Amino acid sequence: MNAAIVGIGQTEFSKDSGRSELQLAAEAASAAIDDAGLTPADIDGMVTFTLDTNDELALMRALGVPEVRWMSRTPHGGALASATVQHAAAAVASGAADAVLVYRAFNERSGRRFGQPDAARRGPAWNWYLPYGLDTPAKIYALWFQRYMHTYGVTNEDLGRYVVLARKHAATNPNAWFYGRPITLEEHQRSRWIVEPIIRKLDCCQESDGGVAFVVTTRERARDLKQPPVGVVAASQSHLWGGDVMFNYYHPEVADFPEATALATQLWRTSGLTPGDVQVAMLYENFTPVVFQQLEAFGFCGRGEAKAFIAEGNIEVGGTIPVNTHGGLLGEGYIHGVNNVLEGVRQLRGTAANQVPDVDHVLVAAGRSAAILGRV
Amino acid sequence: MPPVIPPVPGHDDEFFWAGVRDGRLLVQRCADCHELRHPPLPMCPHCRSLEWEAAELSGRGTIHSWVVSHHPSEPDAEPRVVVVVAMEEGVRLVSNLQGRAEDAAIDLPVEVVFEDFGDVVLPQFRVVAG
Ligand SMILES: [Zn+2]
Repeated sequence: MNAAIVGIGQTEFSKDSGRSELQLAAEAASAAIDDAGLTPADIDGMVTFTLDTNDELALMRALGVPEVRWMSRTPHGGALASATVQHAAAAVASGAADAVLVYRAFNERSGRRFGQPDAARRGPAWNWYLPYGLDTPAKIYALWFQRYMHTYGVTNEDLGRYVVLARKHAATNPNAWFYGRPITLEEHQRSRWIVEPIIRKLDCCQESDGGVAFVVTTRERARDLKQPPVGVVAASQSHLWGGDVMFNYYHPEVADFPEATALATQLWRTSGLTPGDVQVAMLYENFTPVVFQQLEAFGFCGRGEAKAFIAEGNIEVGGTIPVNTHGGLLGEGYIHGVNNVLEGVRQLRGTAANQVPDVDHVLVAAGRSAAILGRV
Repeated sequence: MPPVIPPVPGHDDEFFWAGVRDGRLLVQRCADCHELRHPPLPMCPHCRSLEWEAAELSGRGTIHSWVVSHHPSEPDAEPRVVVVVAMEEGVRLVSNLQGRAEDAAIDLPVEVVFEDFGDVVLPQFRVVAG
């Protein structure tokens, strides 16, 4: 695509930011614009989540952005975290905008916590889940994961091997909430059940306060800017009939993640790349099992092979395909998956805390949306 | 008895909850192509017909997936076993398994029972004896 990420910015990731969500958005956006070597007057497009509470006009006022001609929002929360890249890239590639600011900012720990039961959050579909006690994302996802784990003989201890790895990466990333705090498999296995027998506390992403932002423009314009540009090689979403935001109870095969499989097919086809052409993979994990599902769906290993693939060390820095080098949403922080885009950019610039050598392509996948970023 | 968040029935699903109150497990059957569907939809996704009738299920199925749900903010509440049940007619629905978590297992045969939680009657499932 004729699009490149030219600036990234963020706040610290904490449990209590002590300031408004608008301030977090403004700080992250301002940092991203500075990082690109642009000014607020250059921004003429804005993209965020439907769930973001920061109105575009409020952020424009705060930043001093004089005029915007493209605004769009991505639905379905973190599943479409990487679709923000697609929206922004489509806008600049089509000429609808020249420079798009993507932002996601919230007080997800000190303010409204997504992980808590929420009877108020309901459309008609919730009638099929809330009365039976399925009132948190952890429960809703776990009821899907059970079938995968049963089918392929995956235990919670197998999940723990990923968590140990994510925490190892986070431990050497000064940006990470769990910087300097690695864990052992025994500590993982001692953490309390959140949804028995699938997810323990340490399998859950952080609930974080913070903001992240990035700027997308055309590749031509990117060449004249401050940073080495990071190209958007391919980006897509995948939505299938019978699917849902947070689970797969109705597709023919509940053990699978057919959206991720379809997404992988689209991305490898449109990019002309194969899994072997990617040196780093950022895989969204609100809960540990999604990493297993995505490793398999994107073809880094075969179906049912993720537990062995992880146990053999393939996804560590130094392994065949390092995953979530910043510590993931479990280790670095949960800015709804958009912090994964920033880590992908850092790996391509060569500025990551846990830098992988000779990175040409990074996959940034969020289950039902993904982008392949590459050196231009 | 666990605290239950009652459903808020609307146009598309009030038949289901009325059926449950009568001790019947109902799903939509397209009046034109006769495909069953659940959760309810205003239109048949197979032929786009708007006409449908309520079909009563046998109540028999198997556990397709399950978890133990502990209420995080009310830790004293009884944990509930949440199940996806594959009904023998081919549709799946989410419900609870009565009894102990140790009894839950993938592919276990179960049958529907109807339980009154005070505010609401819900279909629940129990392991088929023998
Ligand atoms: Zn029909």
